[in-house]
Amino acid sequence: MIEFNNVSKWYGEFQVLDNCTTHVSKGEVVVVCGPSGSGKSTLIKTVNALEPFEKGTVWVNGISVGDAKTDLPKLRARAGMVFQHFELFPHLSVTENLCMGQIKVLKRNPEEAKAKAHALLDRVGLLAHKDKHPGMLSGGQQQRVAIARALSMDPMVMLFDEPTSALDPEMVNEVLDVMSDLAREGMTMMVVTHEMGFARRVADRVIFMDGGKIIEDCATSEFFDNADARSERTRLFLSKILQH
Amino acid sequence: MNFDFNAVIQAIPYLFGTGMTFTLTLTLAAASMGLVLGTLLAVMRLSPYRLVSVPAGIYVNTLRSIPLLLVIFWFYFLMPYIGAWVTGASRPINIGAYKSAIITFTLFEAAYFCEIMRAGIQSVSRGQMAAGLAIGLTYRQAMQSIILPQAVRNMLPSLVTRVIILFQDTSLVYVLSLTDFLGAGAKIGQRDGRLVELYLFVALVYWVICFSASRVVKFLERRTRVAR
Repeated sequence: MIEFNNVSKWYGEFQVLDNCTTHVSKGEVVVVCGPSGSGKSTLIKTVNALEPFEKGTVWVNGISVGDAKTDLPKLRARAGMVFQHFELFPHLSVTENLCMGQIKVLKRNPEEAKAKAHALLDRVGLLAHKDKHPGMLSGGQQQRVAIARALSMDPMVMLFDEPTSALDPEMVNEVLDVMSDLAREGMTMMVVTHEMGFARRVADRVIFMDGGKIIEDCATSEFFDNADARSERTRLFLSKILQH
Repeated sequence: MNFDFNAVIQAIPYLFGTGMTFTLTLTLAAASMGLVLGTLLAVMRLSPYRLVSVPAGIYVNTLRSIPLLLVIFWFYFLMPYIGAWVTGASRPINIGAYKSAIITFTLFEAAYFCEIMRAGIQSVSRGQMAAGLAIGLTYRQAMQSIILPQAVRNMLPSLVTRVIILFQDTSLVYVLSLTDFLGAGAKIGQRDGRLVELYLFVALVYWVICFSASRVVKFLERRTRVAR
């Protein structure tokens, strides 16, 4: 479904991605973790070309992202993205947030788009808030709307960029629950997160990055349970975040 | 000194029917067209392509460095020649003072609206563009449907303030012998020998309109703060 081949990216002199090679199969849930500045967000943003890269290739469902001829809006429409700070459109109602892409990009008629929007809001438990503006919702509710907005485009893959790190602790679980449900239904997902409990329960594979490099790329049980086989950097990272 | 405000009362149909109608027409035409052009310039100025951003920057900085009165003159006398040059006509094309005024004010205000809209666009978080692109919108669609509506909402107080200034500045059209609200007052005042009364009345009307509009700005500022 997604293939990264030797992807490298620089911000001026600074290398943010260093020869990253990995893949995500259809229906797979991959958690990407690592310290801040390790390039994990940048890596998943290469999938929908929000972050261009200088070297290597990224293929999504047979389409080369870096190819100048690729129709990026069309590609992005099929790759749902959820952001750390939600990025709902504050001037639109919740329903309008979910209809924007359906109408402007997928050319669905407004009635159809609205019906789909309400079905998705019902699914994330927020149908009662359909006419509110995002500013009137809690962080957890906003992030669930953001997930519903991404789903409204019928994506073939969902990208999550630290979806719970801007949330109050008590709102983290409502978002993770929606994500777990999605995973159970077979959605292909790449999730940048520090929620190691979620990773252990839901992920099929875990990628650990540091300094722009992919240090670990292995099955979830292998990652958490076979500490001896992990690199020293990974063990240090895990020891720091798993103690709490 | 004996004031005779009867002259004012008799002049009201002319003052408003001719003078104020012209002033408002010019204000609204220049504000709406200037806002469209200014928004376009703002988007250009923020473009990563220097070929697009630099000309827009030169335009804006030039117009903001010249007195409006000079621009009005300049266009009035230059426009016929530019028109002839563009259309290839052999003689200067006379477009008349009225059209010349509308074009001048539009071009001039666009430079100021550009800077307000640029600040407005920059006040919208970068993540909003990313989110727009992520659902498959093109850059243009995201700008139109996501960024600009928020930019306008954030900048509404500044935009209205600028329109108030424009409303006052329209009185400069007297140099083209056009009759705006102030011009109409001056004409009647001179004809009837009641300049002081007419000027007092004209000032009062300007004050009422501009002061009310500034209250609207206060209200908008408060609303914008609450919405964030």
